[in-house]
Amino acid sequence: MNEDAADGAGVRETVDAVYRSDSRRVLATLIRLLGDFDLAEEALHDAFTAAVERWPRDGVPANPRAWLVSTGRFKAIDGMRRRARFDGSLAELARRLDPDSSAPAAGDEEGVEDDRLRLIFTCCHPALPPDAQIALTLRAVCGLTTEEIARAFLTGPPTVAQRIVRAKAKIRDAGIPYQVPSRADLPDRLDAVLHTVYLVFNEGYSASSGTSLTRHDLSGEAIRLGRLLSELLPEPEAVGLLALMLLHESRRAARTSPTGEIVLLGDQERSLWNRDLIAEGSALVQRALSSRRFGPYTLQAAIAAVHAEAPDAAATDWAQIVGLYDVLARADPSPVVQLNRAAAVAMRDGPLAGLTLIDAILARGDLPDYHLAHSARADLCRRLGRTAEARASYERALRLTRQEPERRFLERRLGELPD
Amino acid sequence: MRYLCLIYDEEKKLGAMSKAESDAFMADYFTFTDAIKKSGHHLGGEALQPIQTATTVRIRNGKLSTTDGPFAETKEQLGGFYLINARDLNDAIQVASKIPSARLGSVEVRPIQEFDQQ
Repeated sequence: MNEDAADGAGVRETVDAVYRSDSRRVLATLIRLLGDFDLAEEALHDAFTAAVERWPRDGVPANPRAWLVSTGRFKAIDGMRRRARFDGSLAELARRLDPDSSAPAAGDEEGVEDDRLRLIFTCCHPALPPDAQIALTLRAVCGLTTEEIARAFLTGPPTVAQRIVRAKAKIRDAGIPYQVPSRADLPDRLDAVLHTVYLVFNEGYSASSGTSLTRHDLSGEAIRLGRLLSELLPEPEAVGLLALMLLHESRRAARTSPTGEIVLLGDQERSLWNRDLIAEGSALVQRALSSRRFGPYTLQAAIAAVHAEAPDAAATDWAQIVGLYDVLARADPSPVVQLNRAAAVAMRDGPLAGLTLIDAILARGDLPDYHLAHSARADLCRRLGRTAEARASYERALRLTRQEPERRFLERRLGELPD
Repeated sequence: MRYLCLIYDEEKKLGAMSKAESDAFMADYFTFTDAIKKSGHHLGGEALQPIQTATTVRIRNGKLSTTDGPFAETKEQLGGFYLINARDLNDAIQVASKIPSARLGSVEVRPIQEFDQQ
């Protein structure tokens, strides 16, 4: 028992601290033990309510997490027994979940960490729609409230609540298991998880619509998820994604001017870049690359690391960046990668070389409605002195973007064109 | 849990197969069916005749209407099914991914709705 037992306020602080550090772990284990998200959430709530009542009186238990798991489980079973008087089917369930009749697994560290991975893989199961995966992950794994998720995604709490309810129903009704995928399924399933984490990051880093360019909280949550994943499952691409997010995040302060205007990579004040994040991200890139089993996330992170190493835009090693894009284009032959490669070629070989590549992409019918393709084209035309073409492409980009800072940026560029 | 694997094929693609290709495809189906019988997943399964043999039946305002074929124009048509017993959705997806048509068309995996027998 803890010395602070007599100090009620201190204990209250302890409960809050344990909630912040361990409530997601407790929830993950309760979901496994109870086999149901809703029961587990209720049990988590009951367990913390009990902690607030009992810890000031009895002292803080030696292992608060194990205490919370067993208390939550006991409360859930007790609740089911009481309800079983009205509903016979619950009696059988309560008997099955009884702590005495199944092996306890609350205390051991490895089991608990496995539960957190189980939770992530279940929330990001590809059988769930992408927006539901995101909402459920932020709710169950990150502990965000429905209101916080709704605010982050500029939607109403009822919409988010409905997504979560439907996702939980599908997990139950379609028999989505609470488990880490088998070795054979792991690569595909990990891709799905990483994709969800990266979507959350991007939503926070570059909001797809709305007035604010960055929604810091979501990026922070995505990085937390990335850290958790690369800790629990240090696969090269999990490490690569974490590196990519850290390297992007390192530029946050330089990406927008004090008035909220976009500042492009080449124009950014590099002293504002966060050197600690760059050092951490670059080290992770090296680790992922040395595995020889890396993929698109690691390659994108490697490109970001080359940018981060350059003291200024002119000193950037564009040849190395084009080389990395060549490898990336083989791993991920998407038109967006081709577009980024074209922009790098323009920096290495001049704007005309880049423009030829972008026009080839557009001529293939790829990316017709992607505003960045048209703004990149406009920028190269501007540098080549093709003002009329630049104007047409900026205007096209302007019609396609839904983001307020992007609009202002494009309007500014349009205004700067010579008549 | 029981799942129904609904197999959707492009009949045009199947029709365009050579005799050798179509024999190999059928052989794959026989091999697959044997495998899921051995593994204990198999509860049942049938192939369906082509879509032009289909009839759609409805009753509206008490009146029977019978029409030729399915009501929607789709690229892929329901061509057969397996009823399987699987541990969970991941297990069911594993089984469904080995159905030969998963390589050509698609397979929809649906859990069976179980009703209380009381």
